[in-house]
Amino acid sequence: MATSPLLDAKIPAGPLEDKWNRYRSSVPLVNPANKRRLEIIVVGTGLAGASAAATLAELGYKVKAFCFQDSPRRAHSIAAQGGINAAKNYQNDGDSIYRLFYDTVKGGDYRSRESNVYRLAEVSGSIIDQCVAQGVPFAREYGGLLSNRSFGGVQVQRTFYAAGQTGQQLLLGAYSALERQVGMGTVKMYSRHEMLDVVVIDGKCRGIIARNMVTGELERHAGHAVLICSGGYGNVFYLSTNAMGSNVTAAWKAHKRGAFFGNPCFTQIHPTCIPVSGEHQSKLTLMSESLRNDGRIWVPKKQNDNRIPSAIPEDERDYYLERRYPAFGNLVPRDIASRAAKERCDAGYGVGPSKMAVYLDYTSAIERYGRGEANKNNLFNATPEQITVMGKAVVKEKYGNLFDMYKQITGEDPYEVPMRIYPAVHYTMGGIWVDYNLMTTVPGLYALGEANFSDHGANRLGASALMQGLADGYFVIPYTIGAYLANEIRSGDISTNHEAFDQTERDVRERIEKLLSIQGKTSPEHFHRRLGKIMWDKCGMARNAKGLQEAIQEIRALRKEFWSDLRVVGTANELNPELDRAGRVADFIELGELMCLDALNRNESCGGHFREEYQTEDGEALRDDENYMYVAAWQYLGESQWELHKEDLEYENIKIAQRSYK
Amino acid sequence: MDANANMHLTLNVWRQRNNSTEGGFVTYEVSDVSPDMSFLEMLDVLNERLVHEGKEPIAFDHDCREGICGSCSMYINGRPHGPLKGVATCQLHMRSFKSGDTIAIEPWRAVAFPVIKDLVTDRTAFDRIIASGGFVSVNTGNARDANSIPVRKENADDAFMAASCIGCGACVAACKNSSAMLFVSAKISQLALLPQGQTERKIRAEKMVAQMDSEGFGACSNTGACSAECPKEISLDTIARTNREYLGAKMTSSAV
Repeated sequence: MATSPLLDAKIPAGPLEDKWNRYRSSVPLVNPANKRRLEIIVVGTGLAGASAAATLAELGYKVKAFCFQDSPRRAHSIAAQGGINAAKNYQNDGDSIYRLFYDTVKGGDYRSRESNVYRLAEVSGSIIDQCVAQGVPFAREYGGLLSNRSFGGVQVQRTFYAAGQTGQQLLLGAYSALERQVGMGTVKMYSRHEMLDVVVIDGKCRGIIARNMVTGELERHAGHAVLICSGGYGNVFYLSTNAMGSNVTAAWKAHKRGAFFGNPCFTQIHPTCIPVSGEHQSKLTLMSESLRNDGRIWVPKKQNDNRIPSAIPEDERDYYLERRYPAFGNLVPRDIASRAAKERCDAGYGVGPSKMAVYLDYTSAIERYGRGEANKNNLFNATPEQITVMGKAVVKEKYGNLFDMYKQITGEDPYEVPMRIYPAVHYTMGGIWVDYNLMTTVPGLYALGEANFSDHGANRLGASALMQGLADGYFVIPYTIGAYLANEIRSGDISTNHEAFDQTERDVRERIEKLLSIQGKTSPEHFHRRLGKIMWDKCGMARNAKGLQEAIQEIRALRKEFWSDLRVVGTANELNPELDRAGRVADFIELGELMCLDALNRNESCGGHFREEYQTEDGEALRDDENYMYVAAWQYLGESQWELHKEDLEYENIKIAQRSYK
Repeated sequence: MDANANMHLTLNVWRQRNNSTEGGFVTYEVSDVSPDMSFLEMLDVLNERLVHEGKEPIAFDHDCREGICGSCSMYINGRPHGPLKGVATCQLHMRSFKSGDTIAIEPWRAVAFPVIKDLVTDRTAFDRIIASGGFVSVNTGNARDANSIPVRKENADDAFMAASCIGCGACVAACKNSSAMLFVSAKISQLALLPQGQTERKIRAEKMVAQMDSEGFGACSNTGACSAECPKEISLDTIARTNREYLGAKMTSSAV
């Protein structure tokens, strides 16, 4: 194997631990007077986009930021619950930059780029410093210092958190930094705007076409660089924990204009979500992984056991994660926990009305915390009832909002009966291919946060998404963008009258007109649901060659039907959520095909990508490092046509091993 | 699976084409509603039917459907986010209603939140209030080590409670004066409680209150409707603190 000449990752030379420091000191700088003349367009205002827009504006660049929501504060980063990792070693438990790097590469099943991950671990500490300085109210101990907790796939406590609302607090921190710049006039904010294409002039990205979603007007925006920070594409599965509006459109348009798409089949199925309750379901709700810190996961030892959970005695319960993975127990990485739940349910041990759920039980945590409280308060003769009351109070403080949410959705009280959970689509490790500078294969076009592919390999560890989004925005792009923009100072203002803008706007307009003109019988929602079912059944938690081949044919047929039987009511000149939806579903359909193609190409199992043909005797993922230790970067050639380019992954600082959490 | 999918409801929904046309209530009957559906999923079902009939679906803001993004914003029977305490519309489930109920659904009513279409309003006034001073002025890279700023746990917890505001606008919608005092106070409180917020404490209170007034939000008369309807149950204490902050700032103001 050899890396494709089209994929120069631009990894700096030198020892791993010196790469970023040396590079930072040698990357070209843009002087302040020139920064004022350079425009940067940021698409998306989640953690990556908001932090990048704010920081680049602080540096003196002219920034325009776009989001489809009514306010940048609503980006889906806000819903992240559990926490953010950082190698601070505040708990004195042996953490270090190397360990965070190692855990992340191992957790990703050796399919991420060493240099990027090491840099991520290096800047992780600064993220916490920056957020605290902004006034982000992280959880604290009585001594006034920051509190930490554990997360899956890790044996140290390095996760910083704000109850079950860490994403909200971090995003509001980045949002406040962004709004500060908006107030100063250095960022111009365009909310209720959707990016519908990127404009490429002479091989460089020079701007975007955006639609004002209230008036329907198409707008041209020029920039010397465009940053795609539009998040992941989990909604290709229809049901996921993503927000209803989360979509692949910005990333997909970038892909179709020349940005290669990396590892599209690497999707994360999160093990602890509230199970599907019926056909009406519009989205799934995550129960934070932090719950696995204290909760124990089990199913009955007997198949089709219909007893209520409290009637099942201890020795008739199968704590299957503790049984199969004694070293990590309930804190195994997400991909492993998800597959284990699916295995039990498929084998007939599932619980609840649908039998597609397992228990997440807090009984023993409540007792343990209750005893701790009793000891703290010198209540040595506390009754079991008193202990339960005290234990529930502790659990409430740690996880109260999650328990409330569960009760609100299911109508059951998780303080009294175990929660029922099942895996659901949550995150996409795949994304636009980027080099060490976060630049895509189109010069001037960048991808940050979940929208890129770079740091999590085939499986992301919990509390690492927030870390990556903010690392990219606060601490990576402000430096690396200089490598490109230093050569753009002579470009001058970019005119939106260029014929490339004319042509791209025409393409966008024609597509919108086409969506509206089909006038068939079927709603975008309906197509989306059907796509989701194909993807979940054949490109979900387990995949095989036959299913993937079928899925590709089914998706092609669905695309044909979409473009001949779609019905979009309303017009293009008004707020029209049906039209927005139709455009996004059309892109999801194309992406779905590429995901299946990528999954079919990767004849191995790794991380979240589990090919049934490739597993060990005890059902663990079986990697093929000899043939597949590469990033699959797909180049778009035309309808249903892609060319595969490979970036070899080299591990110089980590010993490759069969991933084991036993 | 929807064994109880038997609720029947009458909905009176505010329909308005855009900001320059008048709106009015339109009545819809919906059947086969499951108690396990969320309120928005019930609207999804109605919208799917409207699309099928070639009619325009009801526009409403929504995104995360987990009660945290603050997009959803509607009066349900006159109450912001409906009948339950501490719950946003997206987390309200149909089991909170009875078959046969009639439900009125309207957009936020406030001068500062003009209607865009149907139930969708323009809440960018909130962004402008934050832009006026709802931050700590610290550029990326300036920060010192996080643990060099200890914070009393009680203060950290209170700051967190205030910071949990989702910016939905229910406080404004609940207030007879359309005051944004609870929203503004949540941010002022969060930062006033933390050492990081001290440097700009005075100017922040002055600027945010001035921006709130200029956006057309009304005055606060301390009725407490805002806190009662807040889906995150932000406390009225934040308003008391803001009054203190504002008064102190004004009395010693260096602004001309």
